[in-house]
Amino acid sequence: MGNRFVRLCQSIGAPLTARIIKLGFACRFLLGILRHSPAAFARPQLLAREIWFAGVLSILIITVSGLFVGMVLALQGYDTLQRFGASSSLGILVALSLVRELGPVVGALLFASRAGSAITAEIGLMKATEQLSAMEMMAVNPMARVIAPKFWGGVISMPLLAAMFSATGIFGGYLIGVPLLGLDEGSFWSQMQGAVDFRLDVMNGVIKSVFFGCAIALIAAFEGYDAPPTAEGISTATTRTVVTSALVVLALDFVLTAFMFRGV
Amino acid sequence: MKRTTIDFWVGLFALMGAAALLFLALKVSNQGALPASSTYTLTANFENIGGLKVRAPVKSAGVVVGRVTAIELDTERYMARVTMALDEQYRFSRDSSAEILTSGLLGEQYVGIASGADDKTLGSGDSFKITSSAIVLEQIISRFLFSKAAGDDNTTMEK
Repeated sequence: MGNRFVRLCQSIGAPLTARIIKLGFACRFLLGILRHSPAAFARPQLLAREIWFAGVLSILIITVSGLFVGMVLALQGYDTLQRFGASSSLGILVALSLVRELGPVVGALLFASRAGSAITAEIGLMKATEQLSAMEMMAVNPMARVIAPKFWGGVISMPLLAAMFSATGIFGGYLIGVPLLGLDEGSFWSQMQGAVDFRLDVMNGVIKSVFFGCAIALIAAFEGYDAPPTAEGISTATTRTVVTSALVVLALDFVLTAFMFRGV
Repeated sequence: MKRTTIDFWVGLFALMGAAALLFLALKVSNQGALPASSTYTLTANFENIGGLKVRAPVKSAGVVVGRVTAIELDTERYMARVTMALDEQYRFSRDSSAEILTSGLLGEQYVGIASGADDKTLGSGDSFKITSSAIVLEQIISRFLFSKAAGDDNTTMEK
């Protein structure tokens, strides 16, 4: 009886402690990245390569998805708005939903699956093939040489990609709204301009995407660094990056939205 | 990949991001309130402001001339004191009146200014002498219902 109770406690406690230990390691990892960030910024060549890797290679998926999301939003929004005779407000609907929510959030989800998984795989493989250990042997700190540039590359790319997502989405909404559905072009843009506030809507979207970029880059770099140095370990770590990033992005989005848009 | 190629693409990426932000700033959104440097403040006391909110527009003849910056309750007279920031280039005569209007039947509320005929104009910190309150729909409906009920009583008594 007593033995069984002990085993129950162990089966509950062991995964919990493992998670807490992992979280603590992640915090230590973040501090390590921040400590070695000046070294990463001192070598812009490395940073440029990481921005190319995380940002430039994601442009295509981000802009194409943005275009389609904007077009779908316009079609769906028009269907509902015209029942209330408010179809001229389509521009407001498309712009506000993209700038406030869809641009940062869907952009972050795509970024996590496109760039986050790549960062994890690269760091994990470097660790599995002992390139990180080799660097340490050569007195090169892998934190400063590999991980911090990758982290900052992701953080810098994310807001730019989210802005591109919103911009192409609004363009997609325009393509559906004005040439296809025959709305008035002037009222489409002027109503949008009247309702969207730069500081309140656009800047809050940018702030959101900066938070998401930090979260995704940290999770991706950490999962790669923490991955068991086997083929299976890397594949699990890559999957975990995408799943954890998606959950963290959505949870963070709720918290940030609660702070930013309280319906005042 | 060669170093210059990477630099080229990263530069292009930054440029595209900046262009997207600029598009959102200039074409999609407005800059919010008027710049603080070129405004002066006026106040107006209302018996009831209805649903007026801070940052609501101040209009004269339909043109936006300023924004509401603060709304507070004057505890001496129990009236609402509305503070507005108006664009420096628009001046109003001292006998102008301020009223709270609604855009459309159920739209947002704003302060409307009707200019008077006085030569002297309102300066910074002055307040409107003539104001009229917001129309509260419930009050109008209840007044209408009461008058209707009273009217019905009269007709029955005459009969």
